[in-house]
Order: sequence, then C-alpha cells, then structure tokens
Amino acid sequence: MTDTVQTTDAGQRLRAIGGVLMMSLGPVLMAFLLSGVILLILKVNPFSYYGYVFGRGLLSPTGVQATLTRMGPLLLIAAALIVAFRAGIWNLGGDAQFLVGAVFCAAATPLMAPHVPIWLGLLAGAAISAIFGALWALVPAFLRAYQGLNEIITTLMMNFLGISLASVLVKLVFLDPATTVPQTRTLAVEDRLPTLFGTTISSGLIIGLVAILAVHFMMTRTAFGLRLRVVGGNASAAVHAGLAVPLLTIAVFAISGGLAGLSGGVAILGQYGNVRADWNPAYSLSIVPLVFLARFNGFAAIGFVGLFSILSIGAESAARRTGVPNYFTLVTIGILLVMLAVSEYYSAKRQKAGA
Amino acid sequence: MLDAQTRATARPSGTEAPPIVAFEGVTKRYPGIIANDSIDMEFRAGEVHVLLGENGAGKSTLVSMLSGLQQPDGGRILIDGVERPIGSPSEALEIGISTVFQHSMLVPSLTLVENATLGRKWWQKPDRAGTAEAMKAAAERIGVNLDPMAVTGDLSLGERQQAEITRALMRGARFLILDEATAMLTPNDAARLGELMRRLAAEGMAVVFITHKLNEAVAYGDRISVLRLGKKVGGLAPDALKTLDPQEATNEVVRLMFGTRDASGAEEAHPDSTTVDRAAKPTLELLAVYAEAGRVPLQNIEFKVWPGEILGIAGIDGNGQKQLAETISGQAPVSDGRIVLDGAYIDRMTIGQRREKGVRYVTDDRLGEGTVGTFPMSINLLLKEIGQAPYWRGGLEQPEAIRENARRKVTDFDIRTPSIDTPVGKLSGGNIQKVLLARELAGSSRVVIFEKPTYGLDLANIAATQMRIREAAKSGAAVILISTELDELLALSHRIAVMDQGRIAGIVENEDGARHTIGALMSGAAK
Repeated sequence: MTDTVQTTDAGQRLRAIGGVLMMSLGPVLMAFLLSGVILLILKVNPFSYYGYVFGRGLLSPTGVQATLTRMGPLLLIAAALIVAFRAGIWNLGGDAQFLVGAVFCAAATPLMAPHVPIWLGLLAGAAISAIFGALWALVPAFLRAYQGLNEIITTLMMNFLGISLASVLVKLVFLDPATTVPQTRTLAVEDRLPTLFGTTISSGLIIGLVAILAVHFMMTRTAFGLRLRVVGGNASAAVHAGLAVPLLTIAVFAISGGLAGLSGGVAILGQYGNVRADWNPAYSLSIVPLVFLARFNGFAAIGFVGLFSILSIGAESAARRTGVPNYFTLVTIGILLVMLAVSEYYSAKRQKAGA
Repeated sequence: MLDAQTRATARPSGTEAPPIVAFEGVTKRYPGIIANDSIDMEFRAGEVHVLLGENGAGKSTLVSMLSGLQQPDGGRILIDGVERPIGSPSEALEIGISTVFQHSMLVPSLTLVENATLGRKWWQKPDRAGTAEAMKAAAERIGVNLDPMAVTGDLSLGERQQAEITRALMRGARFLILDEATAMLTPNDAARLGELMRRLAAEGMAVVFITHKLNEAVAYGDRISVLRLGKKVGGLAPDALKTLDPQEATNEVVRLMFGTRDASGAEEAHPDSTTVDRAAKPTLELLAVYAEAGRVPLQNIEFKVWPGEILGIAGIDGNGQKQLAETISGQAPVSDGRIVLDGAYIDRMTIGQRREKGVRYVTDDRLGEGTVGTFPMSINLLLKEIGQAPYWRGGLEQPEAIRENARRKVTDFDIRTPSIDTPVGKLSGGNIQKVLLARELAGSSRVVIFEKPTYGLDLANIAATQMRIREAAKSGAAVILISTELDELLALSHRIAVMDQGRIAGIVENEDGARHTIGALMSGAAK
C-alpha cells in the first residue's frame, strides 16, 4: 500500500522533473533549429557552423579552457542579476557596474602588487571592484527606495554615464605612462588569479561558482533572502508585514552592484590584466535573458551560462571560418527568448486547462 | 417588502415602450463568490436609475454585464423587450449602451475633436471640422458648454466627463452608464453632472448612475436599486421616491443597505457589556489623532477600548475606516495626536515594534497586502515573523519547524488546503482569511483590528470568523471591528463608533435603539 503510494509519488516527481526539463530544453532545441534555418537562408551549412562552434567551444582542449575561464565573470553577473530580480528589482545597470569595478581594480592592483603578497593584492583588488560596483548602483538605489523612481530607467541611464566614465578614467587618470595605447597599467601574469590544475582555466571560475551557489542559498534558505523575496513578490505585503522596504531595496542594489563589480574585478585579475579605453564586453545585458531562461534558479543559471560561454567562444572561431559574424550568438539567444515566451504561454494555458 | 412594492406598481402608464434593458434572474459567479445572484432589474428610457451598494455588493459586475465585458452565467437579458445577449463591448455600443467611468478615458494630449474621431478605420481621413460642428450641436442640445478644440489635458475632470457624455451622444447612445462618475469630482462639478443627468433623462435617455453617496442618489435618481452581497435587496420606485421627502428617502435607503429588519421592531440580543470593566485602565487610547496623508484624512479621532471589549466601527465605505486601521497598525503616519497602548505611546513606533507590543491587524485586502499569493501557505503564516526563532535560527530557515507550525494552524483554524505548500493565492477567499486569522491571532495580542473580516465569505466562514473575533476579545484583547455590515456590528460589538468623512460622528452603546441611532448618524441626520 505504502509502496504503491511511494511509486506514484516518485512517478509524479519524475513527470514533474520531465516537465521542467521540457520547459527548459525544449526552447533551447527549437532555438537551434530556427537559428539553423536562418543560417540556411544565409547559405551557410548549419551543421558545419555548429560543428565549428561546438568543436571549438566544447571539444577542443584550449577552447574548453577559454569557455570555462569566461564563465567566471559571467556567473558573477548572473548572481548579481538573480539577487536583484528575485527581489523584484530590475537592475539593468550591470554593464556600468562591471566596468566601473573593473577600471578601479585595474588602476589599483598593478600599483599594489609589487609591494604586498600576491593573495593580499588579489583580495584588495577584488574588494575594490566590488565596492565601486556597489557604489555605482547606489544612485538608482536611493532614487528607488526613497523617491520611488523606476530603476529600469535609472540603471540604464547610469550605464551610459558609467561606460563613459570608465573610458574617461582610462584615458585621463589611470593611463599607463609606459604605453601609447590608452589603457591602464597591466597586472603582471604571475600576480593574477592562479590557474586551475595546470590548465589555463582561471580560478575566477571557482569564484563565480561559489558566488552563484551562495546567492541561490541565500535567496532560498535564509531569512534575509525570504525578506527580499517578499519585497519582490508583493511590495504592499512587505510594508504590511513591517519589513524595512527602503533599507532592503538599498541592500539589494548594493549586493547586486557589488557582484557585478566583482565580476569586472575577476575579469581583470584573472584574464585581461588591464582595461583598455572603450572596452565594454556588455556581459550583463547578454546574461539577462539567460537568467530569465533559468527562472532565477542558480543551478539552472550555471547551465545556461555554460551554454552561452560555449556559443560565444565557439562563434569567434566559427566566424573566421564561415564568415558568419560573432553576433550570431545573440541571434540564437534572441530566438531562445522568444521560444521561452512561447513555451511559458503554452504551459500557462495547460495549467489553466488542468485547473 | 419594498421589493414587492417596486414590482407591483410598475409604472403608472404601463402601456408604454418596454424597458431598453431588462434583467431577469441574471446571475454571475466567480470562483468562490456569487457576484450577482438572480438579479431582476429594469432600465427605462427617461429614467435615472441609481445603483447603490457597498464595495463588493456586485455593482461593477452588473455594469460589466451591461457594457458587454462579462457574460452572465444564468438568467436572461432583454433588449427592448426581446431576449438578446450583450456579447461584447462593440455590441453594447450598437445597442446604444455607453459607459463613462470615474477615470477619464480620453487621451489627455489630444483635443476633444481628435478624441471624438478616434476609433475609426485607419484609412479614413477624420473629418475634424464636421466632427467639431456635430460635437458643438450635441453639447448644446444637453446644455453643456464645451470647446471642441480644447486640449483634453487642460480640462477639469468634470469637463472631461461632460465631453465623454457628449461623445457618447454623438455615437448615438440612448443608454448611458455613469460608473461612480462623481467619486473623483469636486462638489460643484458633481452637482453639474447631476443636473446634466436630469436633462439627459428629460431628453429620453436611460441613465444608470452608480454612486456611494446617498444624497446624490436621492437628489438625481428616479429609481433606486440597492445591492447587497450580490443580491438586489430592494429599492425605491419612481412614485415612492417622489412622495418621500429627501430625509425619509435617505433613511429608507440606509435601512436597505445596512439592515433588513425594521428599525423600530423587536431588538436583537446584544453582547454582554457587563464583562467589560470600564473602570479599569483602557488598553488602547487614541488622543485627538489626525492623519493627513491618506485619501480621506482622519480628523480628531478620539476613543478608548478596554480589555475584552469589541468596539465596532460603522460607516459607509471609504469614510476613513482603512486609514484608521493603518494609523493604529503603523502603516500610515500620524500627523498629530497620540496613540497609547497599555499606558505607553506607540505612535512613533514602526509596524514591527507595534506588532511586538501586541498590535494585530487583519486586513481586508487579503491578497493585495495580506499575503504573497505565489508563496506557500506555510510561509504566509509566518510573514510577520521572518527571522524569528524557532522558525529561523541564525538567519537560517528551519523547514521542519515551519511545516510543524503550518500543520498545527491548519488543524486549529480548520484551513482547507490541498497541502501546506500550496500557494496561498490558490486557496478560496474563506481559507485565505483563515490563514490571516491564524497568523494575526498567534501569540499574545493586546489590540486586534479586524477590517471587514467577513467581506466576501460564505456563511460557514462568516460564522467561523465571527467566533474568532469573540474569542480574541474573551482572551482579553481590545478588539476594533471595522465593518459595513450593521447586523454584524450589532451582533458582536459592545460599543459602535460611526465614521463619517474621516471623523467619528458619534459612539453608541450597543443597547436597544442602537440600530436607529447609528442609522441616523450614518445618514448625517444627527449633525
């Protein structure tokens, strides 16, 4: 008797997991299919294109290492977005928070590095990037918390300011006097984040994984995370329950901006070593759809960020061989988002029919 | 009694044209609630038909069925005496039914003419000059003075409504619904709209006027229908309305809206006031409290509530009851005056601090602010205790303690839920209310504010909720019971305060004759 109950329970759970997989992977497969159709229209063989993409991004040893290295900063951005989005705050200013954090980190760390132990230099550099990223998020935070200003607008506006400020700082203030190219001083390779197990994979990957898992844990298991989710789920209920909504809002912006800034720091400390003028990888806005695809779940976000890493590293190589520009990755992601919306629509419809 | 009269007298000249719209036993159900329960109603040309009723009485549902937005689940709708469904808003327009809402539906950045030409096919060139002429003519016909070239945004709300009514006339409306059209207007604009209604009726239009304000209903209406909990509980037919003077008519309507029993008839049993020791120190004291932030500012509110006492707050909805609850619970700031709980001032404390002191607030906005609909029921039970032991330790969730608490509350409060993990938004209204009661009545409460606690519930849940209110008082808490149901207040409260426009119009001991006194205070007769 109890056995049968358990098996039906297990069966139901299996079906539920299957449903979630269908909802997550179905759109991915459809996106590849439709991207393939577009490639056909461009007279490119989709199989050879995706062959190059995955051959480079997933199957070649150097490609895999590049993919995993790039995942570090991307995971930190995803963590930054998950904190904010789960609290109902649409922080779209991650690009500027990333760059401002990166620039200050790149300015300070090479100067400190010769005088302190490596670990201390790295720690200080990471802290600086997080602090400046958080500071850059504070203007929208206060405007939202105390004036009720829509943070979508303010964070996007702060992007323009932050990206320009980063450029100005690199060109005028933090310029490396030793080069003619406008860029900051370069952090010596031996002073950078250590690589993992004798490969070229930066330990930024570990930082990213730890951050996103910590954020996932915080949001789902702690009282603080629940308070944030209450604010995100129903702000009036948060007020009614006596939560300090303005303070929580500012905390969310600070954490989110700090993680985005840290992402910039990790990119500098692990990969690039310096910031060139006009550098803006615009990671944050590319990660936003992935975090939605993952439905703000940390584990799922790791998967999607990994996929995106493979695609973007692979696309760089495929671009050279097939003439399809790098940006085709964004086409795939765009189609993926549309497919996600379609699958959400159908699942909502199915739920309604079931109820 | 009155209902029968309404039907019996029909119209003196019964041979004239059938009503433009007639409802016969029209019923509309929503999940867990019957919004309209077999409504019979007639809307005739040349009549202003006033619909009265509290929030949630079913007026909006009725209007949305008239304007084609909703379809009835039962009953018949007759148009000009012939059965015909109003399938969509455009069908309603075809029939000649037009609706004017309390918020203007005109585009503020366009002129009135441009607004009037909207909605045509995109390839047609709008004939602005011709439309302006037609608009002027239509406006003159009903005695409205408007400039078709004026930009809508520059006009007052009252003028915009006049423009909307004019536009409706231009489109051939013969049936005009004014849905709480005076709610946002200044008194002058409201009076002007009232006169306009009379002129429209004189022109032979049918006007349906929905309002909360009894004086407007009596002044502008030819016929009044009162809705209560989805049912038509009665009304005043045109000849009845003509023979009564305004004050008598108002009293009659108050009686219909708030109680079915005769005001002078046998009195009901009152709660035993001897259990309340008025010589003891009051638990809660409001001293000349003013709160100006809300939509209805509170002015000079003063009362005391003793331990074990239920103080009822009566009044027509929207006279500051919600502001009062929010001011005591800490959700709205006090601008002047003091609030004393057990001898200590609490008016500067935060919501959380007041809760710790024993202030509990059962809100009527159960899904809007009471709960987070997407969260499991078990978490919603603890929404006001996040981070506290034993449910959280060191900031970490203790799932077993949280589940245990939920299971206990499910048994104690008889919450019917598929599981304690079910999102609270999926429960029925009665069970959501039980979740709120279970949350607010936990621990040691000193003051419990119930705001419209039985609103929207079925009979079994009403009884269960009222039992909880009595129990809260019996356990020694000072209870404030805000309700628009006079019967409920009379059955539960020891004293009843009547609120009118943000003030306390009077506080009445609940003894014989209380119903009459409260009715008088509510209709403003005692002023």
